Amino acid sequence: MTKKFVANFVVVENKPLNATNFLIKVKSDSTLPPIFPGQFVNVEINDSKEIFLRRPFSIFEVDQKENTLSMIVKILGRGSKKLTEIEPGNQVSLVYPLGKSFTYPSSTDKVLLIGGGSGVAPMLFLAKEAGLDKTQVDVLLGARTKEDHIDVEHYSKYAQLHYATEDGSKGEKGFVTQHSVFTSGLRKYDKIYACGPDGMMRAIAKVAKAEDVFCEVSLENLMACGFGVCLCCIEPTQKGNLCVCTDGPVFNIKDLKW
Amino acid sequence: MVDLKVKIHDLEFKNPITLASGTCGFAREMADFFDPSIVGGFFLKGSTLKNRDGNAYPRMAETPAGMLNAVGLQNKGIDYFIENIYPEIKDYDTQLIINVNGSTVEDYIALTERVNELDKIRGIELNISCPNVKEGGMAFGVSCPGAEMVTREVRKVYDKTLIVKLSPNVTDISEIAKAVERQGADAVSLVNTFLGMAIDAETRKPKLSTITGGLSGPAIKPIALRMVWQVANAVKIPVIGMGGIMNAADAIEFMLAGASVVQIGTAVFKDPLLAVQIIKELEEYMDRHNIQNVNDLVGGLQM
Repeated sequence: MTKKFVANFVVVENKPLNATNFLIKVKSDSTLPPIFPGQFVNVEINDSKEIFLRRPFSIFEVDQKENTLSMIVKILGRGSKKLTEIEPGNQVSLVYPLGKSFTYPSSTDKVLLIGGGSGVAPMLFLAKEAGLDKTQVDVLLGARTKEDHIDVEHYSKYAQLHYATEDGSKGEKGFVTQHSVFTSGLRKYDKIYACGPDGMMRAIAKVAKAEDVFCEVSLENLMACGFGVCLCCIEPTQKGNLCVCTDGPVFNIKDLKW
Repeated sequence: MVDLKVKIHDLEFKNPITLASGTCGFAREMADFFDPSIVGGFFLKGSTLKNRDGNAYPRMAETPAGMLNAVGLQNKGIDYFIENIYPEIKDYDTQLIINVNGSTVEDYIALTERVNELDKIRGIELNISCPNVKEGGMAFGVSCPGAEMVTREVRKVYDKTLIVKLSPNVTDISEIAKAVERQGADAVSLVNTFLGMAIDAETRKPKLSTITGGLSGPAIKPIALRMVWQVANAVKIPVIGMGGIMNAADAIEFMLAGASVVQIGTAVFKDPLLAVQIIKELEEYMDRHNIQNVNDLVGGLQM
């Protein structure tokens, strides 16, 4: 049993990172429970007309001293759009912390973290929390263009950052799976982690499986509750239909039917 | 101090606020949020004799003031429940009621007999109203002969409290309620979800893998309330009311319409602590209206 909470947070920051992604930081008036990379929050959208359910977002940064946590919100539909319009000072209700975290690397591991779009959030959280020397951590970030990349240069103290863009405007041209970090062989990594579009994660999983390298991905199936009672977000796995919200969102690719 | 205790046949509820099947897992999921002994009871996730994988993804579509689901009774089967889940929850100081499902009458009987072995499960909710399974389920619940037959056969093998969960997808729900009452049901619970549908205009595809699914949430509340009122006026056995309850006022409305116990359902997805809040607000309401015993609210609609 893991204690979960329903709590109001105050929005302390809401800033656009680029055309479609926003950074929203919220603050609690009480101490936060332990929160690990890969876990998520389910956020109530303050609009009773059309948006009935909460919206899940991966946790990006946590400051246990300030009792703040932040998420990268990508505008996907009405719910996420509405959330990005919230002004600092307003309250927002969170159900948290939800889901299982990534498996932490051991101290001697060399790891590759691959993030696409707003999927960079849990990857950077993990890069920071893994407690490894930056020489052990490669972070590969993919986006369509330079403008679609979020500025995360300050994470260069935790990891070696690599970029890919489809048009070649930042870093290497092409998908993350065409990047030299990825194509030069995955065997040199002990663990690979990925979060991003489904197609990206499947492409990564295919290669990781072929090279027999440990690989975990974070899924984002449609969900209603976020804590394992509605059984809507299921993913077919080797162990049957599992809930992405409680059995995941992090899955080892060996367990998936990809 | 107000008296919140209610009784349905042999089942004593410490208060009339319970959680609906399919929205509270097997109660232990809710224990991550609150002490399960606070609420009146849990109607556990629909169980079947054997493991069921449920329907394909996507199973959920948000709709105005509610949602559609097409889960299709995913569960690991009664043996798994008895071995792995029951030991963990049996000492919760609250009522635990199993929601029982079958494709055939024989399934319902076999499942009921297994459940009968469990000391701490003192009631079953016979689900003859699931809209998301191909066989059985709602097929029994949409005709009087079907509903009567399954209730009669289960009654023969079950002495504890038998609650029959009714489908709203019928012409006259009070006729079905009367039919199951005739066959010995101790109570009826209503309503299950309304059959509905959602389409993505951009892709021209249905939003659910099953095309149609069950609608729940506040969108259905006025219809559910009307049905509870109609059924409460048609039968002598207690009525358990549900359908879009989002706050204490909604719960009280269902009680005034004739429900002895209410179930909080889809709203739990939005607020897992809602049942706890409703109990508190129900007490405040009773204080404010000078009502000592919650049973005085039941059917208290003034016309």
